[in-house]
Amino acid sequence: MLLGFPLLSLAIWIPILAGVLVLVTGSDRNAQAARLIALAGAVLGFGVTLPLYTRFDPLASGFQFMEFAPWIESFNVNYHLGIDGVSLLLILLNSFTTVLVVIAGWEVIKTRVAQYMAAFLFLSGVMNGVFAALDALLFYVFFESTLIPMFVIIGVWGGPNRVYAAVKFFLYTLLGSLLFLVALIYLYNVSGGSFSLLDFYRLPLSLPVQVLVFIAFFMAFAVKVPMWPVHTWLPDAHVEAPTGGSVVLAAIMLKLGAYGFIRLSLPILPDGSHYMAGFVIALSLIAVVYIGLVALVQADMKKLIAYSSISHMGFVTLGIFIFNAQGMEGAIIQMISHGFVSGALFLCVGVLYDRMHSRMIADYGGVVNTMPVFAALFMLFALANSGLPGTSGFVGEFMVIMGAVKANFWYAAAAATTLVFGAAYTLWMYKRVIFGAVANHHVAALSDLSAREFLVLGLLALAVLAMGVWPNPFAEVLHTSVNDLLNHVTQSKLP
Amino acid sequence: MPYITPLMPAYPELFLLVMVCVILVVDLFVSDDNRIVTYALTQFALAGCLAITFLTSSAQPAYTFSGMFVDDLMSDVLKLLVYAGVMMMLVYSRAYVAARGLFRGEFFMLVLFATLGMMIMISANHLLTLYLGLELQALSLYSMVALQRDSAVATEAAMKYFVLGALASGMLLYGMSMLYGATGTLEITRLAEIIFYGVARDVVLVFALVFIVAGLGFKLGAVPFHMWVPDVYHGAPTAVTLFIGSAPKLAAFAFIMRLLVQGLGAERLVEEWQQMLIVMAVLSLAIGNITAIAQTNLKRMLAYSTIGHMGFLLLGILSGDLIGYGAGMFYVVVYVLMNLGSFGMIMVLSRSGFEAENLEDFKGLNARNPWYAFMMLLLMFSMAGVPPTVGFYAKLSVLQAVINAGYVWLAVIAVLFSLIGAFYYLRLVKLMYFDASQDTAPIEPHGDVRMLMSANGLAMLVFGIMPEPLMALCIDSIQASL
Repeated sequence: MLLGFPLLSLAIWIPILAGVLVLVTGSDRNAQAARLIALAGAVLGFGVTLPLYTRFDPLASGFQFMEFAPWIESFNVNYHLGIDGVSLLLILLNSFTTVLVVIAGWEVIKTRVAQYMAAFLFLSGVMNGVFAALDALLFYVFFESTLIPMFVIIGVWGGPNRVYAAVKFFLYTLLGSLLFLVALIYLYNVSGGSFSLLDFYRLPLSLPVQVLVFIAFFMAFAVKVPMWPVHTWLPDAHVEAPTGGSVVLAAIMLKLGAYGFIRLSLPILPDGSHYMAGFVIALSLIAVVYIGLVALVQADMKKLIAYSSISHMGFVTLGIFIFNAQGMEGAIIQMISHGFVSGALFLCVGVLYDRMHSRMIADYGGVVNTMPVFAALFMLFALANSGLPGTSGFVGEFMVIMGAVKANFWYAAAAATTLVFGAAYTLWMYKRVIFGAVANHHVAALSDLSAREFLVLGLLALAVLAMGVWPNPFAEVLHTSVNDLLNHVTQSKLP
Repeated sequence: MPYITPLMPAYPELFLLVMVCVILVVDLFVSDDNRIVTYALTQFALAGCLAITFLTSSAQPAYTFSGMFVDDLMSDVLKLLVYAGVMMMLVYSRAYVAARGLFRGEFFMLVLFATLGMMIMISANHLLTLYLGLELQALSLYSMVALQRDSAVATEAAMKYFVLGALASGMLLYGMSMLYGATGTLEITRLAEIIFYGVARDVVLVFALVFIVAGLGFKLGAVPFHMWVPDVYHGAPTAVTLFIGSAPKLAAFAFIMRLLVQGLGAERLVEEWQQMLIVMAVLSLAIGNITAIAQTNLKRMLAYSTIGHMGFLLLGILSGDLIGYGAGMFYVVVYVLMNLGSFGMIMVLSRSGFEAENLEDFKGLNARNPWYAFMMLLLMFSMAGVPPTVGFYAKLSVLQAVINAGYVWLAVIAVLFSLIGAFYYLRLVKLMYFDASQDTAPIEPHGDVRMLMSANGLAMLVFGIMPEPLMALCIDSIQASL
């Protein structure tokens, strides 16, 4: 009798309640208990999202698994949940990543274990909330609530410059989202007192209004994605965050921005989106090309992957704003694939960092001699990051480029440079770190992957390969949702 | 129809007055070691007021003293919150004042007199009543600031507070006298009627309005009448600062509602005071939030943050409709809760001979006591207006009212300054969580403080997840009273 359960609520609240439990029961003396409870919570949280996939009807248009309850009646805000194919995949990705992050932090985190685990569980639940919310204010509350745990994660368990990075992260994202809030309240007033996204979808708005609201939305989502030129918080945050923080940041949090475009900007403001599309595409292409070049010269592995993330997210925004089915589906597949690949790459760097306490490429060399298993897995993820056919990285990029050709050949030509740059910066880093002679005695003393690390990376490797070889299970839940979305975008809402 | 005695609307005030006299006499016979008796009696007096107000409350406004005094739903709700605020303040400050030799009869007497003044202000329906309540409150507060006789800072703060406060009262009184000249009445409901029918001369009214708004600005601590706020907040004993920053803000809100909205709420006058409030609100947001960044003393920082919050409150009121007033009331209630918690935390960390009033003193609190650090984190994020804390909904409702009134640009300015505000709240969180502690003294407050502090901090989260009851209460009470 699984049908009767409010699955979406469970997906949101199980991790959060598990987080509370960890916080209440776990202290530093009892770290093992905290780890076990956190793992149980994460696995259970992932478990409840699986029926979402099996019971999802890929042919049905609109939202599924709807839940509705009044929440703040004075403002007509409702606890309104529902998902389509896009949110489904992101919720699965999020819950899956949480399990990996809990395992990845198992021995590495030694101080305040309970708080660490709890922060990740809170984050997981709250982000599921973002993906499931169908009420704009609920969406905003979840969207903003992600800030506090991430702020604490970076600031408490981060590297030497963690405080600067944490504050920068917080203020950047808050700046964007406050204007977003003003825009939401404006829409609330215009729509006659409703925060429901479904009402917003039907709301006619004049072009100047659409453009202004679009800009306010854009501030929030572009910072989160992050798009050039508001990306500067990301490398700092990534470099200073602990491995788990980087993984969640890259794999899930960046997707909140792109998801915002898909769920809010496009359907609510179709004319504004068309009007601004050229601008967004330009920024996306700058991200793809310019940030790809920036990544090439990085000396710090985490920074390199961070810049590579920005470049890949440029693909996502490009795919979204060319308004055709290939581009859109490609963007969403790219989001999921990037979740796996960038998460895996950050975990790989974490594996090295835990042993050597350095992220500098120059400190490494010849790691393959001491860590062959690790080198093989790292290879797979590096290739996926550069978009090799047969890995998940290829599918999304290929579809986006195909979509871009349809829209404008030059978009596609610029975007396709990533196939060169992406391969260049990833493989060049890989070569310098893994191949060559053993660089120093620290590298000579390295030990290969532990069983725990192998489990985490192995699971991700399976996901990357599966998605690359047989993307259909991922793509088929998207078709109807993407069609719905494109219908919304093509229908003008001018009064 | 139940029988209503003519004095029934004023029962809580009468009860408190009687209790003050009783406590005054009883305190003479209590030795210093048993001062706790006075404390208990004070709490009992407030609890009694709470019960009486609750039992005599009704949705219909009731007038007494020939229409000088009103008891409506808004006054009931605000009074209940005032009692609760004062009771919380007494719990928080008991150990603190005891350690500083202030645990004396005078302290409680002044607290109760100030409370009585606030109650009278809240229920005033006559300019004289309003003024008397205001002065009773203000005079008690002046002397409370100076209560620490041998502290030079406190004396200076009290002087400043008194001189500027007297000036502001003078301005207010002058404005009121002009209102009387223009309309021939001091009764607020009559005043509104006369202005509505256009008998009074507008020039005189607007002139009066300027003085009244200036006086109000002072009482709220809004820019450009904010000069006293940082000095008084800093100089006064923390218990008194907590008091000044909590319940009197509720009374000041009532004051604005009675005078500006009920008395001078005619449409053509609303337009006039809206302009003035816009200027004050924007300046308060700007100066409060920007200056707070430069502060190293937590009490001063919170003082400037108060100025910023008052700017937000003014935004709610200047929207000029029921939504805005409801939002303003919700904002002030939430603000008082946050303020109680933050200053309470300063007192929790302080001990005999040591004031934890510098930002530095919060360093590494998470390592010393994770629970209090978490409570403070909730309070600070609530002040910054980050969901899922209740501060977010307070800001949300005000912004909604402002946008609804057509001032989208004001809302944009407000969010930009609250972003700046987020920086210094965040800095405190940073100090608590990311920095190493210099102080290793154990934090061991009494059981009652511990419970209250936990409740206060968690309230940020609970009201953040379930804001509806509190929000509806504010909106309903405003709607029933206007």
